[in-house]
Amino acid sequence: MALLSKKDANLIKDPLTDNNPITIQVLGICSALAITAELKASVVMAISVLFVMGVGNVVISLIRNIIPSKIRIIVQLVVVATLVIVVDQVLKAFAYDLSKTLSVFIGLIITNCIIMGRFEAFALGNGPRRAFLDGIGNALGYGVILVIVGFFRELLGSGTLFGIKVLGDPIAKTGLYSIGYENNGFMIIPPAALIVVGIIIWVQRSRNRALIEEA
Amino acid sequence: MNTEKNSYTVIFAAIMVVVVGSILAFLATGLKPRIDENQRFEKQQNILYAMGVNQNEGDGDVAKVPTTDVEGEFSKYITQQLVWDGSEVVQKENAYLIDVQKALSNAKSGENVELPLLIGEKDGEKYYIIPMYGKGLWDVIWGYISLDENMEVKGVFFDHKGETPGLGSNINQRFFMDDFKGESVLNGETYEGIAVAKGNNDPLNSDKEDNAVDALAGATITGNGIAAMIKESLKLYKPYLETIRTN
Repeated sequence: MALLSKKDANLIKDPLTDNNPITIQVLGICSALAITAELKASVVMAISVLFVMGVGNVVISLIRNIIPSKIRIIVQLVVVATLVIVVDQVLKAFAYDLSKTLSVFIGLIITNCIIMGRFEAFALGNGPRRAFLDGIGNALGYGVILVIVGFFRELLGSGTLFGIKVLGDPIAKTGLYSIGYENNGFMIIPPAALIVVGIIIWVQRSRNRALIEEA
Repeated sequence: MNTEKNSYTVIFAAIMVVVVGSILAFLATGLKPRIDENQRFEKQQNILYAMGVNQNEGDGDVAKVPTTDVEGEFSKYITQQLVWDGSEVVQKENAYLIDVQKALSNAKSGENVELPLLIGEKDGEKYYIIPMYGKGLWDVIWGYISLDENMEVKGVFFDHKGETPGLGSNINQRFFMDDFKGESVLNGETYEGIAVAKGNNDPLNSDKEDNAVDALAGATITGNGIAAMIKESLKLYKPYLETIRTN
């Protein structure tokens, strides 16, 4: 017997492909632009969002029947904010170095529209198990794009991956730089992320024409 | 149960606030001692880092003294903890824990001047360590600079709260901080500090006489913030530095 039914598996698979939160729903773009200049930052952000989405979706789903609909957005906001502060405090106490790396992202997580979007669109109407899978799926879909963008921006912009000089040393002119290659400084500024995301969207839609919206 | 009634909404909101508030308050009080200790250790690590007591290897990443040893190393290397009250230095226990932001702004307005500074000793050499505090692009930046009697920089440490990852955030990386070593903060008789300059035609930073280090690409404002922060601190500590300067 499969671990997940086909329907459940789709909850994870869809956001990774044909219903990706960034490239199809165009949510969470702001953080995708801001923090993808480095691969490491992209990975850390992806993991943080994975945690908050997974747990947050379950919490909202558990209390979905007692939330008054008039203040549901505020309730969602409180849940995200609480989770984020809990994570922040626990990290500060037990993994101080890690918390310093993450501190920039902690604030950004609260404002990530994918999280609120999934709370509103899915967790409020589904049970905790499915909500959990949906949260994980969407966070992964978001994370995959972040990592792809981060990979290209760091490689082309700084010639490094995870801070390791993979193309040689630009100042001492070794490796690729010895034959005249130059880093593309444009890649490390935020507009470059828009272009990379644009290329991903283009590639994705030309492979699956059903995704192209009617003009 | 009718979840649409106004009374229900109000009660729900009230209970939610109490529950969430209690969770957070409980967590914050429970974890505070640990967090405070972590922050104290970090300060000690940063101060030691600025005077060159660290575990950097070759071209590797920033490697501070491990938290498990930091307290011992700190009392071993830091020989005097002082405050400058505007006319003289006085001993003060745990001067390194003084809130630098407050101390600097008090000193600027001229009241309650109590500027913390530390003297460290390593291999027979004296290090005068001055704390700094300033503004980057998005948020605050801070650090320590250690000088010798000739006003030559022996080492620096910078950190930031929220500079752009991959750009301004690199101020706490070795390739940036190491450049400051050997630069002089003096230009003739003026405390010029160290500019973070674009296009100074010195990417390897071999010219130590130019009062400048190479800028970070894409982080002009953070770099300017660093230069301004150094200059500002030097201005406030100048009366003290004049008393120790030998050249």
